[in-house]
Amino acid sequence: MADFLPVFFVFAMGLSLLVYVVLDGFDLGIGMLLPLADEGDKNVMIASIGPFWDANETWIVMGVGVLLIAFPHAHGIVMTALYIPVTVMLFGLTLRGVAFDFRVKAGDDRRRLWNNAFFGGSLVASMAQGWMLGAYITGLDRSPTSYAFAVLIAVTLPALYVMLGGAWLMIKTEGELFERAVRWTRNALLPMGVGLLLVSIATPLVSERIAERWFTLPNAIGLMPIPVACAAAYLVIAWLLRRPDVLRGGYGHFVFYALVLICLMAALGLAYSIFPDIVLGRMTLFEAAAATSSLEFIFWGVAIILPLIGFYSAYVYRVFSGKATELSYD
Amino acid sequence: MDFDPVVLARIQFAANISFHILFPTITIGLAWILFFFRLRYTRTADEAWEYAYNFWVKIFALTFALGVVSGITMSFQFGTNWPGFMERVGNIAGPLLGYEVLTAFFLEASFLGIMLFGKQRVSNRVHLLASFLVAFGTSLSAFWILALNSWMQTPAGFVLEDGQFFAQSWSQIIFNPSFPYRLLHMLLASVLTSAFLIAGVSAWRTRRGVDGPATAKVMRVGVILAAVCIPLQVLVGDLHGLNTLEHQPQKIAAMEAIWETGEGAPFTIIGLPDEETRTTRLALEVPYAASLILTHELRGEVRGLDSFETHPPVLPLFLFFRVMLVTAGLMLLVSWCGAFNYWRGREPGPRLLAALSFMTFSGWVATLSGWYVTEIGRQPWIVQGLVGTAEVAADHPSATIAGTLFGYIGLYIFLLYSYVHALRYLSTKPARSLAMLPQRRSRDAQGLS
Ligand code: HDD
Ligand code: HEM
Ligand code: HEM
Repeated sequence: MADFLPVFFVFAMGLSLLVYVVLDGFDLGIGMLLPLADEGDKNVMIASIGPFWDANETWIVMGVGVLLIAFPHAHGIVMTALYIPVTVMLFGLTLRGVAFDFRVKAGDDRRRLWNNAFFGGSLVASMAQGWMLGAYITGLDRSPTSYAFAVLIAVTLPALYVMLGGAWLMIKTEGELFERAVRWTRNALLPMGVGLLLVSIATPLVSERIAERWFTLPNAIGLMPIPVACAAAYLVIAWLLRRPDVLRGGYGHFVFYALVLICLMAALGLAYSIFPDIVLGRMTLFEAAAATSSLEFIFWGVAIILPLIGFYSAYVYRVFSGKATELSYD
Repeated sequence: MDFDPVVLARIQFAANISFHILFPTITIGLAWILFFFRLRYTRTADEAWEYAYNFWVKIFALTFALGVVSGITMSFQFGTNWPGFMERVGNIAGPLLGYEVLTAFFLEASFLGIMLFGKQRVSNRVHLLASFLVAFGTSLSAFWILALNSWMQTPAGFVLEDGQFFAQSWSQIIFNPSFPYRLLHMLLASVLTSAFLIAGVSAWRTRRGVDGPATAKVMRVGVILAAVCIPLQVLVGDLHGLNTLEHQPQKIAAMEAIWETGEGAPFTIIGLPDEETRTTRLALEVPYAASLILTHELRGEVRGLDSFETHPPVLPLFLFFRVMLVTAGLMLLVSWCGAFNYWRGREPGPRLLAALSFMTFSGWVATLSGWYVTEIGRQPWIVQGLVGTAEVAADHPSATIAGTLFGYIGLYIFLLYSYVHALRYLSTKPARSLAMLPQRRSRDAQGLS
């Protein structure tokens, strides 16, 4: 049990954060696309995420919560080092979260203000998350190259989120907005691809440890599926986005799935690079773990309740499946 | 200027949680009130209940959103401001916070979508269930977070090894000595806050002449609910105080500004406690009353501040406690006058309406004061008697904390202003918010069947 529990919880944490990136990723992406749309489209775009965003956002609370519960020693180190980007992200998430309601409830003369807050909050939160991820990969290092690396991810992650947002719109909308979503997604594709490529090249450069893991021989071959799958997913997306007729035929989902595949591969790659450390080069997850008695107490909760959460989340998505219409409380 | 980073970190944490608690206090109570409106409509088919639900669910959604975003901030604050806290107390605090996320946050956040936007997509029964689960989720979240907070006030069920806390009995940790009182007192505070909110807004609408058909009903629910809950709250508060006397006597001594141990201690109604001279200036006292309240004996002995090695700051505790008591008194007065008025079969007159709208946010005042008493009363400890607050603070440079603190305070003032403004705006729009709903419903139904 003593060895199994930390591994279990690091898995739960990684899974929560991955689910967060995908689910709130499309919410934030739609937020960043908002200024491109006219007022009517804005309403539909927001309606397409309205019933879900709150639960989506809860996954980051879960991810950080697991870090706090299972690895309290690492939690302190990570959160202290990331104090500024965390604060910036919280400002962004706050503005984005309240703008959902204020833009329709604060009166028409303030709608512009809240639309801008929605956009600005989504952009700032996405960039801050990229910055945090970058800082985390470099082992919370403070050298200029590490900062440059963090900046690189801070501009790449928003592009990925915009892609996810556009793909979600292809699932949830029709007509002109659908066509626009295809165009937006197509425009974001190249920036995202270049960004991801640069990040992949830069990661082994900023961390010797990661380079060693990836480029020594038997491992390198075993790891090939990760870049290959990413490249394949990218090509599928590129091809689909050039064929709006195919997309209209209901294949919009596949753009979304291909993006999820890219996220999953990136997560696996990251996990492989870092395991078994929790703070790269400083602390392993076994050193950081909380007492076994505490982990056991929460283990049963996670093991029983997490599947239940998956189950009722799926139910909520089913209730609101189909094309989005403007939201109403009736 | 050079500020102590610990002081700044405390101010920042206090500002964040004070802002956060404003919204849960409303949503916890309002969620149950909304569930009640839905139930009434299902039972009686009286459209007024449905109007009432449709109006208040909008305000609920807005409040909930503010509660969620400020709560997310809270969940990061433990790490960013008190890293040492999680390092030493993590074995206890972690699982309690974890169960809150697992059992409460996901529940309320997921079913909120169905509650708000799903009425036409699911059956009435499922919608009722979703509304119930949201209400249940908010109360459950209060359960877990108050278990942790109460444990920090009255720790139990643990062993200490090398400065680290280890859990020994989870039932003792959760049901620690002050927990039942705190949970009840807080849940009642939420119900009272939302009762005065709905009564106050309804009174305001009535005075403005924008009331829809349901306003009078809502006001009645608010007034009667408040009238029933306020005596309960006074009773629970009294028991809560006695429990605190047993476990944190220095807090009570500070709340009552009792400087010296003695028999037949007087109760100070109002005054200005001064820690330098250790006296209360301008004190207005009732002889023997403190002994009577605290020991239920005229000459009972009450421990004074002189008998403790450390004690919390006296002035804020003394004053905030009195703010809570005065607010409770006003709540009692207004809600009972209102209830008496209904009992005589009358609708509230202009004076009562004015009083009710004046009391709209009274719950916020009492709740915040109560929390300040509780939290400042624990100082200088973060876990009463065991871990000092200054020991666990993060060592950020003062300038960093001061900068983010200004940012937070600016953001919160802006959001609070926007919230109250939106409440006013929604309350002034009779046509869209209350009266016109049935037409839209039939239109939506076509699109969905
Ligand atoms: C007595 C009630 C109470 C208290 C003392 C607190 N909270 Fe809270 N919190 C709630 C009651 C609540 C609530 C009723 O469950 C929420 C959900 C919506 C709302 O308005 O408040 C909430 C939301 C909420 C959320 C967002 C949940 C979501 O995504 O749905 C987080 C992460 C926290 N809180 C975290 C905290 C932390 C770390 C606290 C203490 C330091 C804290 N809350 C004090
Ligand atoms: C919900 C209403 C709450 C309010 C209004 C509130 C208010 C405050 C205030 C004013 C302080 C600063 C006291 C001082 O430094 O003199 C404080 C400190 C603190 N509170 Fe709370 N609190 C609340 C709930 C909670 C809960 C639920 C927890 C934990 C589960 C908590 C944990 C802490 C911690 C860790 C500190 C920092 C250390 C300290 O300064 O004592 N608080 N709170
Ligand atoms: C005469 C009436 C009341 C009495 C005797 C009373 C008593 C108390 C006491 C002794 C505490 C501090 C407990 C501690 O920290 O150890 C407290 C805290 C608190 N009070 Fe009151 N109270 C009264 C009315 C109210 C009202 C009307 C509200 C809100 C509507 C309220 C809300 C709170 C809250 C939120 C706290 C902090 C949480 C807690 O410790 O329970 N109280 N009250």
